Amino acid sequence: MKCSEFLHELTDYLDGVIDSGTKAELEEHLAWCHNCYVVCDTTKKTIEIYRDSHLYELPEDLRTRLRSAIVTKCQSRKKAGPEGTTQ
Amino acid sequence: MGAIQPKVGEPVSDELALVASPKAGDVSAFEELVRRYDRNVFRIAQHITQNREDAEDVVQDAFIKAYSNLKQFQGQSKFYTWLVRIAVNEALMKLRRRRPERTVSLDEEVKTEDDSVPREVADWSPNPEQQYTQAELREILDKTIHGLPATFRTVFVLRDVEGLSTEETADALELSIPAVKSRLLRARLQLRERLNKYFRRREKSNGSQKPSSGDGKQ
Repeated sequence: MKCSEFLHELTDYLDGVIDSGTKAELEEHLAWCHNCYVVCDTTKKTIEIYRDSHLYELPEDLRTRLRSAIVTKCQSRKKAGPEGTTQ
Repeated sequence: MGAIQPKVGEPVSDELALVASPKAGDVSAFEELVRRYDRNVFRIAQHITQNREDAEDVVQDAFIKAYSNLKQFQGQSKFYTWLVRIAVNEALMKLRRRRPERTVSLDEEVKTEDDSVPREVADWSPNPEQQYTQAELREILDKTIHGLPATFRTVFVLRDVEGLSTEETADALELSIPAVKSRLLRARLQLRERLNKYFRRREKSNGSQKPSSGDGKQ
Protein backbone atom coordinates (compact mmCIF):
# COMPACT_ATOMS: atom_id res chain seq x y z
CA MET A 1 0.00 0.00 0.00
CA LYS A 2 1.24 3.48 -0.90
CA CYS A 3 1.03 6.43 1.50
CA SER A 4 -1.47 8.17 -0.81
CA GLU A 5 -3.72 5.10 -0.62
CA PHE A 6 -3.43 5.13 3.15
CA LEU A 7 -4.43 8.80 3.28
CA HIS A 8 -7.41 8.10 1.05
CA GLU A 9 -8.74 5.63 3.64
CA LEU A 10 -7.75 7.68 6.70
CA THR A 11 -11.17 9.16 7.44
CA ASP A 12 -12.97 5.80 7.31
CA TYR A 13 -10.19 4.22 9.37
CA LEU A 14 -10.43 6.87 12.10
CA ASP A 15 -14.21 6.61 12.09
CA GLY A 16 -14.02 2.82 12.45
CA VAL A 17 -16.20 2.25 9.38
CA ILE A 18 -13.93 0.04 7.35
CA ASP A 19 -13.97 -3.65 6.48
CA SER A 20 -11.60 -5.93 8.33
CA GLY A 21 -9.47 -6.73 5.25
CA THR A 22 -8.76 -3.05 4.47
CA LYS A 23 -8.19 -2.36 8.16
CA ALA A 24 -5.54 -5.09 8.30
CA GLU A 25 -3.81 -3.62 5.21
CA LEU A 26 -3.83 -0.13 6.75
CA GLU A 27 -2.41 -1.38 10.03
CA GLU A 28 0.31 -3.31 8.23
CA HIS A 29 1.24 -0.04 6.47
CA LEU A 30 1.18 1.82 9.81
CA ALA A 31 3.54 -0.74 11.32
CA TRP A 32 6.41 0.23 9.01
CA CYS A 33 5.56 3.76 7.75
CA HIS A 34 6.41 6.18 10.54
CA ASN A 35 5.18 9.24 8.62
CA CYS A 36 1.71 7.78 8.10
CA TYR A 37 1.64 6.66 11.72
CA VAL A 38 2.37 10.23 12.86
CA VAL A 39 -0.17 11.75 10.46
CA CYS A 40 -2.81 9.27 11.64
CA ASP A 41 -2.02 9.80 15.32
CA THR A 42 -1.93 13.62 15.14
CA THR A 43 -5.10 13.75 13.03
CA LYS A 44 -6.85 11.67 15.67
CA LYS A 45 -5.59 14.03 18.37
CA THR A 46 -6.76 17.03 16.31
CA ILE A 47 -10.29 15.62 16.26
CA GLU A 48 -10.26 14.77 19.96
CA ILE A 49 -8.90 18.18 20.98
CA TYR A 50 -11.60 20.02 19.02
CA ARG A 51 -14.33 17.69 20.25
CA ASP A 52 -13.33 18.16 23.89
CA SER A 53 -12.46 21.85 23.63
CA HIS A 54 -15.82 23.37 24.65
CA LEU A 55 -15.14 26.03 22.07
CA TYR A 56 -18.05 28.46 21.66
CA GLU A 57 -20.04 27.40 24.69
CA LEU A 58 -23.30 29.29 25.11
CA PRO A 59 -23.20 31.26 28.41
CA GLU A 60 -26.17 30.54 30.67
CA ASP A 61 -27.38 34.16 30.86
CA LEU A 62 -27.31 34.56 27.09
CA ARG A 63 -28.98 31.17 26.76
CA THR A 64 -31.87 32.25 28.97
CA ARG A 65 -32.25 35.53 27.09
CA LEU A 66 -32.27 33.83 23.67
CA ARG A 67 -34.75 31.18 24.78
CA SER A 68 -37.06 33.78 26.20
CA ALA A 69 -36.94 35.80 22.95
CA ILE A 70 -37.61 32.67 20.88
CA VAL A 71 -40.60 31.60 22.99
CA THR A 72 -42.09 35.11 22.91
CA LYS A 73 -41.84 35.26 19.13
CA CYS A 74 -43.28 31.75 18.75
CA GLN A 75 -46.23 32.69 20.99
CA SER A 76 -46.95 35.80 18.93
CA ARG A 77 -46.86 33.70 15.76
CA LYS A 78 -49.24 31.19 17.33
CA LYS A 79 -51.69 34.02 18.13
CA ALA A 80 -51.35 35.40 14.63
CA GLY A 81 -52.39 32.02 13.19
CA PRO A 82 -51.29 30.38 9.92
CA GLU A 83 -51.11 33.66 8.05
CA GLY A 84 -48.59 34.87 10.65
CA THR A 85 -46.10 32.19 9.72
CA THR A 86 -43.28 32.67 7.27
CA GLN A 87 -42.72 30.65 4.11
CA MET B 1 -4.24 2.64 16.78
CA GLY B 2 -7.96 2.56 17.38
CA ALA B 3 -10.78 4.55 15.89
CA ILE B 4 -11.98 7.73 17.59
CA GLN B 5 -14.73 7.12 20.12
CA PRO B 6 -18.12 8.25 18.85
CA LYS B 7 -19.78 11.08 20.74
CA VAL B 8 -22.73 9.84 22.74
CA GLY B 9 -25.87 11.78 21.87
CA GLU B 10 -28.89 12.45 24.02
CA PRO B 11 -31.79 10.02 23.71
CA VAL B 12 -34.32 11.13 21.13
CA SER B 13 -37.05 8.59 21.81
CA ASP B 14 -39.49 11.28 22.99
CA GLU B 15 -38.66 13.63 20.13
CA LEU B 16 -41.61 12.73 17.92
CA ALA B 17 -44.00 13.62 20.75
CA LEU B 18 -42.14 16.88 21.39
CA VAL B 19 -42.43 17.79 17.72
CA ALA B 20 -46.09 16.78 17.53
CA SER B 21 -47.18 19.00 20.44
CA PRO B 22 -46.04 22.33 18.97
CA LYS B 23 -47.68 21.34 15.69
CA ALA B 24 -50.88 21.30 17.72
CA GLY B 25 -50.01 24.71 19.17
CA ASP B 26 -48.10 23.82 22.36
CA VAL B 27 -45.22 26.31 22.61
CA SER B 28 -43.93 24.82 25.88
CA ALA B 29 -43.11 21.54 24.10
CA PHE B 30 -41.18 23.54 21.53
CA GLU B 31 -39.34 25.29 24.36
CA GLU B 32 -38.08 21.85 25.42
CA LEU B 33 -36.66 21.35 21.93
CA VAL B 34 -34.97 24.77 22.17
CA ARG B 35 -33.52 23.78 25.54
CA ARG B 36 -32.27 20.51 24.10
CA TYR B 37 -30.52 21.89 21.03
CA ASP B 38 -29.74 25.59 21.56
CA ARG B 39 -26.13 24.96 22.60
CA ASN B 40 -25.50 22.84 19.51
CA VAL B 41 -27.07 25.40 17.18
CA PHE B 42 -25.04 28.20 18.76
CA ARG B 43 -21.76 26.26 18.35
CA ILE B 44 -22.52 25.42 14.73
CA ALA B 45 -23.54 29.01 14.00
CA GLN B 46 -20.43 30.48 15.59
CA HIS B 47 -18.17 28.00 13.77
CA ILE B 48 -19.68 29.03 10.44
CA THR B 49 -20.10 32.78 10.96
CA GLN B 50 -17.06 33.26 13.24
CA ASN B 51 -19.01 36.09 14.80
CA ARG B 52 -20.76 36.08 18.16
CA GLU B 53 -23.61 38.48 17.30
CA ASP B 54 -24.36 36.66 14.08
CA ALA B 55 -24.40 33.35 15.96
CA GLU B 56 -26.95 34.76 18.44
CA ASP B 57 -29.14 35.91 15.54
CA VAL B 58 -28.83 32.51 13.87
CA VAL B 59 -30.02 30.71 17.04
CA GLN B 60 -33.13 32.89 17.20
CA ASP B 61 -33.87 32.86 13.48
CA ALA B 62 -33.31 29.10 13.10
CA PHE B 63 -35.64 28.14 15.97
CA ILE B 64 -38.33 30.59 14.91
CA LYS B 65 -38.14 29.37 11.33
CA ALA B 66 -38.30 25.77 12.56
CA TYR B 67 -41.39 26.59 14.67
CA SER B 68 -43.09 28.38 11.80
CA ASN B 69 -42.41 25.51 9.40
CA LEU B 70 -42.95 22.63 11.78
CA LYS B 71 -45.93 21.36 9.77
CA GLN B 72 -43.52 20.76 6.88
CA PHE B 73 -41.33 18.52 9.03
CA GLN B 74 -42.22 15.06 7.83
CA GLY B 75 -40.26 13.04 10.35
CA GLN B 76 -38.19 11.27 7.67
CA SER B 77 -35.03 12.60 9.30
CA LYS B 78 -34.42 13.37 12.97
CA PHE B 79 -35.73 16.76 14.11
CA TYR B 80 -32.18 17.76 15.03
CA THR B 81 -30.86 17.07 11.51
CA TRP B 82 -33.72 19.13 10.06
CA LEU B 83 -32.99 21.94 12.53
CA VAL B 84 -29.27 21.84 11.67
CA ARG B 85 -30.10 22.23 7.99
CA ILE B 86 -32.12 25.37 8.78
CA ALA B 87 -29.37 26.73 11.07
CA VAL B 88 -26.59 26.11 8.53
CA ASN B 89 -28.59 27.95 5.84
CA GLU B 90 -29.21 30.88 8.18
CA ALA B 91 -25.53 30.99 9.14
CA LEU B 92 -24.37 30.89 5.51
CA MET B 93 -26.75 33.75 4.70
CA LYS B 94 -25.16 35.80 7.50
CA LEU B 95 -21.71 34.96 6.16
CA ARG B 96 -22.66 35.98 2.61
CA ARG B 97 -24.04 39.28 3.88
CA ARG B 98 -20.86 39.93 5.85
CA ARG B 99 -18.52 38.90 3.03
CA PRO B 100 -20.41 39.72 -0.17
CA GLU B 101 -17.16 39.79 -2.11
CA ARG B 102 -16.72 36.06 -1.57
CA THR B 103 -19.12 33.41 -2.75
CA VAL B 104 -19.86 31.05 0.08
CA SER B 105 -21.31 27.79 -1.10
CA LEU B 106 -21.23 24.35 0.42
CA ASP B 107 -21.45 22.51 -2.85
CA GLU B 108 -18.65 24.25 -4.72
CA GLU B 109 -16.36 21.82 -6.49
CA VAL B 110 -13.27 20.91 -4.49
CA LYS B 111 -10.31 18.78 -5.44
CA THR B 112 -8.85 16.50 -2.79
CA GLU B 113 -5.36 16.01 -4.13
CA ASP B 114 -3.67 19.41 -3.85
CA ASP B 115 -3.49 20.27 -0.17
CA SER B 116 -4.40 16.96 1.40
CA VAL B 117 -0.86 15.70 1.29
CA PRO B 118 0.77 16.43 4.66
CA ARG B 119 3.74 18.74 4.27
CA GLU B 120 5.06 18.64 7.79
CA VAL B 121 5.21 15.37 9.70
CA ALA B 122 6.26 15.78 13.30
CA ASP B 123 5.39 13.92 16.46
CA TRP B 124 3.30 15.83 18.95
CA SER B 125 3.86 15.94 22.70
CA PRO B 126 1.92 13.21 24.56
CA ASN B 127 -0.76 15.63 25.82
CA PRO B 128 -0.19 18.64 23.58
CA GLU B 129 -3.20 20.60 24.77
CA GLN B 130 -1.82 20.63 28.32
CA GLN B 131 1.07 22.88 27.26
CA TYR B 132 -1.39 25.77 27.18
CA THR B 133 -3.91 27.36 29.49
CA GLN B 134 -7.58 26.90 28.63
CA ALA B 135 -7.74 30.46 27.29
CA GLU B 136 -4.62 30.01 25.17
CA LEU B 137 -5.87 26.71 23.82
CA ARG B 138 -9.24 28.20 22.86
CA GLU B 139 -7.50 31.04 21.05
CA ILE B 140 -5.30 28.59 19.14
CA LEU B 141 -8.23 26.37 18.17
CA ASP B 142 -10.41 29.34 17.24
CA LYS B 143 -7.73 30.94 15.10
CA THR B 144 -6.83 27.65 13.44
CA ILE B 145 -10.34 26.64 12.43
CA HIS B 146 -11.06 30.24 11.36
CA GLY B 147 -8.51 29.77 8.56
CA LEU B 148 -10.44 26.92 6.93
CA PRO B 149 -12.91 27.57 4.10
CA ALA B 150 -16.52 27.66 5.34
CA THR B 151 -17.40 24.47 3.51
CA PHE B 152 -14.68 22.48 5.35
CA ARG B 153 -15.41 24.15 8.70
CA THR B 154 -19.06 23.25 8.43
CA VAL B 155 -18.49 19.58 7.64
CA PHE B 156 -15.85 19.29 10.37
CA VAL B 157 -18.03 20.85 13.05
CA LEU B 158 -21.06 18.71 12.22
CA ARG B 159 -19.13 15.44 12.00
CA ASP B 160 -16.36 15.81 14.53
CA VAL B 161 -17.57 18.39 17.05
CA GLU B 162 -21.32 17.71 17.08
CA GLY B 163 -20.99 13.99 16.35
CA LEU B 164 -23.47 13.71 13.46
CA SER B 165 -22.98 10.63 11.26
CA THR B 166 -21.73 11.00 7.70
CA GLU B 167 -25.27 10.30 6.46
CA GLU B 168 -26.83 12.89 8.81
CA THR B 169 -24.22 15.46 7.78
CA ALA B 170 -24.91 14.77 4.11
CA ASP B 171 -28.65 15.11 4.79
CA ALA B 172 -28.27 18.35 6.77
CA LEU B 173 -25.99 19.96 4.18
CA GLU B 174 -27.70 18.45 1.14
CA LEU B 175 -24.37 17.04 -0.02
CA SER B 176 -23.54 13.56 -1.29
CA ILE B 177 -21.80 11.15 1.08
CA PRO B 178 -18.56 11.15 -1.02
CA ALA B 179 -18.60 14.98 -0.92
CA VAL B 180 -18.92 14.96 2.88
CA LYS B 181 -16.08 12.43 3.18
CA SER B 182 -13.74 14.34 0.89
CA ARG B 183 -14.37 17.65 2.69
CA LEU B 184 -13.96 15.98 6.06
CA LEU B 185 -10.61 14.47 5.08
CA ARG B 186 -9.32 17.83 3.86
CA ALA B 187 -10.61 19.66 6.93
CA ARG B 188 -9.02 17.16 9.32
CA LEU B 189 -5.67 17.18 7.49
CA GLN B 190 -5.54 20.96 7.15
CA LEU B 191 -6.34 21.48 10.83
CA ARG B 192 -3.68 18.92 11.78
CA GLU B 193 -1.12 20.68 9.60
CA ARG B 194 -1.94 24.09 11.10
CA LEU B 195 -1.83 22.80 14.69
CA ASN B 196 1.65 21.32 14.16
CA LYS B 197 3.43 24.52 15.09
CA TYR B 198 1.73 24.61 18.48
CA PHE B 199 1.71 20.96 19.43
CA ARG B 200 4.82 19.34 17.93
CA ARG B 201 7.30 17.78 20.30
CA ARG B 202 10.17 20.11 21.08
CA GLU B 203 13.80 19.45 21.89
CA LYS B 204 14.50 19.53 25.62
CA SER B 205 17.04 22.34 25.20
CA ASN B 206 14.26 24.74 24.18
CA GLY B 207 11.37 22.82 25.65
CA SER B 208 10.27 25.76 27.73
CA GLN B 209 9.54 27.79 24.61
CA LYS B 210 6.18 27.63 23.01
CA PRO B 211 4.82 29.60 20.11
CA SER B 212 2.59 32.47 21.06
CA SER B 213 -1.09 31.81 20.55
CA GLY B 214 -1.61 35.49 19.93
CA ASP B 215 0.56 35.92 16.86
CA GLY B 216 -2.30 36.75 14.56
CA LYS B 217 -5.43 38.85 14.57
CA GLN B 218 -8.77 37.12 14.53
